[in-house]
Amino acid sequence: MTRSTFVGGIHPYEGKELSKDKPIQDILPKNDLVYPLSQHIGAPAVPLVKPGDKVLVGQKIAEAGGFVSACICSAVSGTVKAIEQRRVVTGDMVSSIVIENDHQYEEKEIEKPRPLEDLSREEIITYIKEAGIVGMGGAGFPTHVKLSVKEPEKIEYVIVNCAECEPYLTSDYRRMVEEPDKIIQGLQVVLSLFPNAKGILAIEDNKQDCIELFKEKTVDEPRILVKKLKTKYPQGAERSLIYAVTKRKLDSTRLPADVGCVVNNADTIVAVCQAVIHGRPLMERIVTITGDAIKEPGNFRVKIGTNYSELIEAAGGFKSEPEKIISGGPMMGFGIFETDLPTTKTASALVCLTRDEVSLLEPTACINCGRCLEVCPARLMPNKLSDFSAKHKEEEFLNYYGMECVECGCCSYVCPAKRYLAQNIKSMRKLMLGKKKK
Amino acid sequence: MNTIRKVSSTPHVRGKVTTNHLMLAVVTALLPACGYGIYNFGNRALWIILITVASAVLTELFYELLCKRPVTIGDFSAVVTGLLLALNLPVSVPWWICVVGGIFAILVVKMLFGGLGQNFMNPAFGARCFLLISFTSLMTNFECDAYTGPTPLALLKSGETANVYDMILGRCNGTIGETSMIAIILGACFLLLLGVIDLRVPGSYIVSFVILLGMFGPAGFDFNYIVAHLAGGGMMLGAFFMATDYVTRPVTVNGQYVYGMILGLLTFFFRIYGSSAEGVSYAIIIGNLLVPLIEKITRPRAFGIRRKM
Repeated sequence: MTRSTFVGGIHPYEGKELSKDKPIQDILPKNDLVYPLSQHIGAPAVPLVKPGDKVLVGQKIAEAGGFVSACICSAVSGTVKAIEQRRVVTGDMVSSIVIENDHQYEEKEIEKPRPLEDLSREEIITYIKEAGIVGMGGAGFPTHVKLSVKEPEKIEYVIVNCAECEPYLTSDYRRMVEEPDKIIQGLQVVLSLFPNAKGILAIEDNKQDCIELFKEKTVDEPRILVKKLKTKYPQGAERSLIYAVTKRKLDSTRLPADVGCVVNNADTIVAVCQAVIHGRPLMERIVTITGDAIKEPGNFRVKIGTNYSELIEAAGGFKSEPEKIISGGPMMGFGIFETDLPTTKTASALVCLTRDEVSLLEPTACINCGRCLEVCPARLMPNKLSDFSAKHKEEEFLNYYGMECVECGCCSYVCPAKRYLAQNIKSMRKLMLGKKKK
Repeated sequence: MNTIRKVSSTPHVRGKVTTNHLMLAVVTALLPACGYGIYNFGNRALWIILITVASAVLTELFYELLCKRPVTIGDFSAVVTGLLLALNLPVSVPWWICVVGGIFAILVVKMLFGGLGQNFMNPAFGARCFLLISFTSLMTNFECDAYTGPTPLALLKSGETANVYDMILGRCNGTIGETSMIAIILGACFLLLLGVIDLRVPGSYIVSFVILLGMFGPAGFDFNYIVAHLAGGGMMLGAFFMATDYVTRPVTVNGQYVYGMILGLLTFFFRIYGSSAEGVSYAIIIGNLLVPLIEKITRPRAFGIRRKM
């Protein structure tokens, strides 16, 4: 089978061997659970409970605050302690629901959905919406919005992003190894929404065992194909992935649906399966706790809302003092300065590193080597864009397609002068996006 | 318990390659040419290389100390400049030419324009052309202990033939580092394998030069004549080490092809119609001046952007 890929990209140290072979362990939260109302793209959720209320497992505690928004369900039973400002991984203070865990795990009555064949399109999307499912690869875009495309019959490919191109992350890999049927079922649910679509499981070739496994499992599924991808970062970026699978090109102004594609992360697909087949809302996710500072790196099934410190404890604590802790992968994750933070729907990993490579080397002068141009998956000129950002030249920034940047960070990774290319471009993009909104 | 840890914007990991590595790779790749130059021209060549490199590095050091700037000689870029300049000097030049050249390359061409990455012209070739114009007789005096005859290119220019075999090996007259095609290609292969340079500029430069020479040159597609032109003068050194200089070549991929072709065209004109036998240095510094324009024209279109109808 040929390997598909995109132009550009890098191949950083993978670090996956630390946690690759560690089976998923369940961990239960010990302390309070915190649910930030804004853990997805779009309007913040609106609380349905007030302090003192009793909640059950699976009970909806916050309602979607608009069309592009997602609801939140409690993963434990207990009492609502407060609705207050809490810090999240980005460093912001976000209004959050705090639930005191009673450790009883009393479940809300769950109505088992009818078989998939009997469900209408609207019913399926409602199940997904009521489960509070968002893109769990990191972006957190509400899945029911993504699936509500205008012309569902025009969708030709439903791509499941099993690339997991970020270094260190193994949560999707463990999912694929341990629960492949859930991914296939979830994909079948999504396929039922798009009558003319083929389901594609896109997997990087460093996970050869998963490729074999899924090929075997989907032999009798004419609508599901396995696609082998070259191991390269950012293979899992939406536009790069669509290009690798279909050779269709997409710029930032268009949506995957415009070229007949819908892309979902593997973990999101599992959540869809849970919601539509079993009627269970999104309450847990798999988090990889890893890095050279962690005693026993591993993969954990975590109740959303659990404090990060508990996750680190579950992984045996620190072997040596970490210099940097990253929530998410090291290429696109957030550096966090404390661990008293809640696990959100989009938290895929905690990477604890004893050495911070960023502060090790000071940036020096650009020597115009052109490596950033070579690796840029959006085919931009990061050297120029970074310069325009630093000088705040808006017009030039737009002329050189600054808004097409996917913020993957390949340019900063590869720069021999260690310049803050992606960082500069990101700040400028934020400014320009803010301006556009006004 | 809650110690505050380092945070920064993404990405949190960095590649291993630094500017120093790249510059050191270029220095290493130039060693075969230096070694052959010393073997070919004797110990005097070694002294010229050392004096030129030292004056280039010291100029950068003193300039930075004087201006109270961070000292950057540790990045080896001044060593590369000094080496390239030395390899482009005849072995007979007096020692002060090396010093003047080293100072001019670093002070005037590089530091005054803002230091590493800011110069619009290759410092070594800038200095070489300055020396050629200011001290023409010294710079074109190829009389030395090892050889007395003119350079092979000068022979070609006057309508005679040159021994191609000797030229490929380097057993001929010329500047210190330019004579041996084999030594230069050896270094270039090292850089190509490491991925420090690619074939876009040298390839389009050499191919376009050969095509022009074959079609419009005095000898047509005569194998010996064309190989003599490639092996002679600064062609190899220029194509693989000077034209590929990151700072002064276009950064866009298409621009690099255009740049290579312009160099081929200019070299052809200077060598065939110019008054001197050599044309690579002038071709490259004129090409350098066109780089901002080339980059502007060949700006790549971002991924997925559709051509406007």
